[in-house]
Amino acid sequence: MAKNSERSALLDFFFRNKVAILFSLVSLLCLWISGIQVSFLIKELLTRLARNSFLVLALIIPVIAGMGMNFSIVIGAMSAQAAVIMVTYFKLSGVVALLATFALSLPIAIFFGWLTGKVLNRAVGQEMITGMMLGYFANGIYQLIFLVLVGSALIPIVDPDLLLSSGVGVRNSIDLTNTIKYTMDDIIRVPAVWFLVIIGVAGCVWFIVKAVKAKKKGEPMSVNLLLAVLCAAFVGVVLMPGVYSGLMTSGSNRQPLTVPLFTFFIIFLLFLFNGVFLKTRLGQNLRTVGNSMSVANSAGINVNKMRIIAIMISTVLAAWGQIIYLQNVGTLQTMTSHESVGLYAVAAILVGGASVRKATNAQAIIGVVLFHTLFIVSPQAGQALFNNAQLGEFFRVFLSYGVIALALALHAWERVKKNKEDVEEAGQLPPGGDAEASAKS
Amino acid sequence: MEKIKRGLKSFGLPRIIILLFFVFLCVMAIVRDLNFPSLLSNVIARMPMDGVLVLAMVPGILCGIGLNFGVSIGIIAGLLGMTISMEMGATGLVGFAVAILISTVFSSLFGYGYGAALNRMKGSEMTVSTYVGFSVVALMCMGWALLPFKNNNMVYAMGAGLRPTIALDGYYNKILDDFGVFTVGGITIPTGSILFLLGMCFLVWLFLRSKTGIAMRAAGQNPLFAEASGISVNKMRIVGTVLSTVIGGIGIIVYSQSYGFMQLYNAPRMMAFSAIAAVLIGGASANKASISNVLLGVFLFQGILVLGLPVVNDVFQVQNLSEIMRIIITNGIIIYALTRVKGGTSRG
Amino acid sequence: MSEYVLEMLNISKEYSGNQVLKDVTIRVKPGEIHALLGENGAGKSTLMNILFGMPVISSTGGFGGRVLIDGEESKITSPNDAIHAGIGMVHQEFMLIPGFTVTENIKLNREIGRPNLASRVFGKSMEILDFEAMAKDAEAALRKVGMDIDAYTMVAGLPVGHMQFIEIAREVDKKGIKLLVFDEPTAVLTEQEAATLIKAMKELAASGIAILFITHRLDEVINAADQITILRDGTQVADLAVADATVPKLAELMIGREMDRSELGDPRDLTQEPVVLSVKNLTVDMPGETVKGVNLEVHKGEIFGIGGLAGQGKLGIPNGIMGMYPAEGTVSFEGEAIELNNTKEALHRGLAFVSEDRRGVGLLLEESIEDNIVFSAMQSKGEYLHRFGPFSLKNTGKIRRHAQEMIKLLDIRCTGPGQYTGRLSGGNQQKVCVAKAITLGPKLLFVSEPTRGIDIGAKKLVLDFLSRLNREEGVTVVMVSSELVELKSICDRIAIICEGKVEAIMKPTDSDVDFGLAMSGYQMKEKGGAEGGEN
Repeated sequence: MAKNSERSALLDFFFRNKVAILFSLVSLLCLWISGIQVSFLIKELLTRLARNSFLVLALIIPVIAGMGMNFSIVIGAMSAQAAVIMVTYFKLSGVVALLATFALSLPIAIFFGWLTGKVLNRAVGQEMITGMMLGYFANGIYQLIFLVLVGSALIPIVDPDLLLSSGVGVRNSIDLTNTIKYTMDDIIRVPAVWFLVIIGVAGCVWFIVKAVKAKKKGEPMSVNLLLAVLCAAFVGVVLMPGVYSGLMTSGSNRQPLTVPLFTFFIIFLLFLFNGVFLKTRLGQNLRTVGNSMSVANSAGINVNKMRIIAIMISTVLAAWGQIIYLQNVGTLQTMTSHESVGLYAVAAILVGGASVRKATNAQAIIGVVLFHTLFIVSPQAGQALFNNAQLGEFFRVFLSYGVIALALALHAWERVKKNKEDVEEAGQLPPGGDAEASAKS
Repeated sequence: MEKIKRGLKSFGLPRIIILLFFVFLCVMAIVRDLNFPSLLSNVIARMPMDGVLVLAMVPGILCGIGLNFGVSIGIIAGLLGMTISMEMGATGLVGFAVAILISTVFSSLFGYGYGAALNRMKGSEMTVSTYVGFSVVALMCMGWALLPFKNNNMVYAMGAGLRPTIALDGYYNKILDDFGVFTVGGITIPTGSILFLLGMCFLVWLFLRSKTGIAMRAAGQNPLFAEASGISVNKMRIVGTVLSTVIGGIGIIVYSQSYGFMQLYNAPRMMAFSAIAAVLIGGASANKASISNVLLGVFLFQGILVLGLPVVNDVFQVQNLSEIMRIIITNGIIIYALTRVKGGTSRG
Repeated sequence: MSEYVLEMLNISKEYSGNQVLKDVTIRVKPGEIHALLGENGAGKSTLMNILFGMPVISSTGGFGGRVLIDGEESKITSPNDAIHAGIGMVHQEFMLIPGFTVTENIKLNREIGRPNLASRVFGKSMEILDFEAMAKDAEAALRKVGMDIDAYTMVAGLPVGHMQFIEIAREVDKKGIKLLVFDEPTAVLTEQEAATLIKAMKELAASGIAILFITHRLDEVINAADQITILRDGTQVADLAVADATVPKLAELMIGREMDRSELGDPRDLTQEPVVLSVKNLTVDMPGETVKGVNLEVHKGEIFGIGGLAGQGKLGIPNGIMGMYPAEGTVSFEGEAIELNNTKEALHRGLAFVSEDRRGVGLLLEESIEDNIVFSAMQSKGEYLHRFGPFSLKNTGKIRRHAQEMIKLLDIRCTGPGQYTGRLSGGNQQKVCVAKAITLGPKLLFVSEPTRGIDIGAKKLVLDFLSRLNREEGVTVVMVSSELVELKSICDRIAIICEGKVEAIMKPTDSDVDFGLAMSGYQMKEKGGAEGGEN
């Protein structure tokens, strides 16, 4: 019956997105407890979306290639920071500085991405934890370079603004106001309210069109209708008096809030890239490798090379993502800006509904929204509930780790159930089975 | 010659590098007149502090769950034991014993649940256990802030939960260290701690020669072989996990009594990594470990830390270099071990 | 051009002194269906490895003889080269990706792309795939193999038979395919699917593609093949046209070998003794050796053999009974039912086994000989331990003494009981496995492939030992082996397993023809108190 299939389509939708839905509920609850204003939340979310989405989107390609969550994107972030330090040293500014940062970070990220890929190929089956450890290790090297070697006899530069007073080591905190701060954001800015309303209306129309198309094909349309309604509701919330007035005054100098349109456009380009990439020959090869290394190998695909390419692309994208992040934050905390990049990005995409085997653009964006919502509201919620804002912080750290632990555990469980499908066989299976191999034992 | 070559190859390049580095530090300390004898005895004196935690890695590796990144669960159990013991007002040897007892109860429970979960994730134990460990530490952060402790020595004056660092003075500070302590050439040798560490090592060694211990080792080395003799590999993995968790709990108590302070909140987060790095440096791998790996590993690891600071400061005059070295060595050796993990053969 | 698309002339191959192929010649004409018959170990896989340039051949000293493709020397040194030379292989294990469509699988790593700006800069890998063109090719290939399925269907969830055809379609789609090798293609198919497959093979052959068809199903050979080559023990024993072949003749050629009287043991008729092991309707899920319903009765004091071709299920029987793989059915030992899937119980009741996988299952390679030998007895019966209440410690003295006894008894060549078993030769490792099993003091001993891969001297010793164990100690022995000669030399009765069921129970003195037919699935006689298989 049409009714039943609608219901089952809805139930299926809820089940498949259970993590995201759960997170939404928890966030809404905390939002209500914390008493934070909606317009404030929207303002913060827009900022964080612009800052972090690129980084999270960088995680998708390694997932497709079967390498799981790329915890080593922190290496890309460090490559970007090296570029930022260099650009600061060369005293560049404006869009030139921005372009230079992108350009300088590229070869660094490519090189270290290549190294990372090679190490991960030697730890097949343990990619995620090895990636994580590589991140820590690279951090040590990064500190070695920028705390010990810069300014010393090995890298003899002199720059009192950049270096510590002892002459050796980069300062803990570098102000980017004169270099890249806002250089991408300020290219085009549009009022937030317009932006949100247009996105909301466009979304609503898109889902309605999809629903109608589905109905014509005889498929269930309730999910699309639901999403259309949510978009409309969103527009409604934005236009609500309290929210609207808040948004119209929360920009700098009590001006209407604006969004960095160009930055969002760049993020949108990555969106498109992820999609188109999968339709190329290279993308198809990565998909094959991600599905089954042994089948890919027997079809003549160079599995090791594909995996390295996947990590290299991800590292470069992470580097550029970190640049976008830094130009918005405006300050480079030399030793810590990159620390939690891996943790937060992975947690975000998992919250959005991705898994170790499957990640999509939509999941990345939704994940950023949900994860950062919780980020914003939990300290206040903790304060309101327990009179202890720190508790709220502990809670959100726990959730970040917990979401990842849960996703990894579920994936591990499923992998065991799925049996030996993807056991790495770098060598090829001889035709006719292993009679010879076992006879020689 | 062939045998030497083979031996070196299996020992591994990173370990050779670390060994040579240690020798280099020793040489530098002697050459630069940095009081090498006292430094060396310092190392020996500090070995028992970390030793038990490193020992906790051995049952985990042997039973087949690999490097136990989730030993933080045991550490939390140990901290719970200590806080509850202190809350109860137990001091001295009694306090120490009560802490260990309570810790063991908690770690057995936690270890059992943790082991049962790991049994369903064969092949991915290390990845999952890292994040489970982190989550538990983060969860307990909330716990330390919320649990109804009242002892003045432990809680904030304003009553908002436990303090992050709690002194053990008047309780069992240095209770092991001071037992039979003697001074030689200006360095205190904490006899009690050393005896305790050796005692724990001996107990583990005995266990590995018992029927269950032998079965556990077989289950880790070759699960099919073990099953073929009627052993339940899953059960053995739980035995190893519980043991690892229990010893981890005891380990943090030994560490704390030597350090003089209990450290809560985020302090336990990265302790697993140091313990893992130490046992790896001592020659263990993700599939194979022995007690000698523990003793050698702790010695080298501590050696590099203790010798590193004065030598590096003397030669390079840079503040944080020894800390950076520690990061590079710790993580580097773990990455090396991960690139040599055998593929799993169990059909779990 | 040569009249043959493939010629493998005077091929020889040895692995560390072991002559696996000797002077084998095989010639295939275009459009011909050429069957390759032989038991396992006859050399079929090695021959294929040579044809496809597998690294395992070159890394062990290469091969002797010549391979000609269309009259020219073959330059194949890797499976990729083979594809370029026009030779394809349809494997037994499907190399398909369930999450991809039929089209994507057929075109795997040979996708069609359209050039664009990025591809001009970065190379062909950035071409966008032209799924429509790919689908067209896929459909053409599918038609060629007689399959009608939408090119955009997801492979996951398709029946096994369909998957086989998609594999074939993939090979057929490769440009310039001249020769296709089919490795036991009908093994996983239903009767109907097998018939469709044979029909597709004939159509492919009719279109000019030569087919090399490896199988053990004699009726399929008669039905489909034009020319038949039979390998036995690495030599070629026959090369005949199908017109000159009959099923019995093929069977005899496949396994017949001269055996002088002295090699035959001293088979006894112990069927009057009580039944010590009764197996009813045993099914075992062991990948590659599935058991689909075996009924057997073993009498006390017998040496009972279980033979059959590889992959037919004989190895599944002891593995299933001993609980190493999931099993169902009814098994009784000494008159009482025994719980399946419970290794502990089986060991307790007095059953022991020596696995066919001595390195993977039988031994802890990084432990000493003595620790390996006493392991099962220690774990299963608590022996070789000092006991202190609930605690135990291994009794090193007793272990050492017992190990030394076993070393002497089985003539295990080693530097001492403390040597790691991983360092021993295959034969000596096998002896340690046997020692481990008998240390349990079992009443019934399963031994699987007791002499596989070990030298002649050790072979004889192991077989003699088993024979003595049986005759002097009264241990019932159930021996599973792919070497018919060895089964004939010590067994009293031999069950032949085909397609997961007992095909026949035979006497060692039965003719080669009868054995060959049984192994190929033709029930010619019934022996002993057991049901035969179907057919």
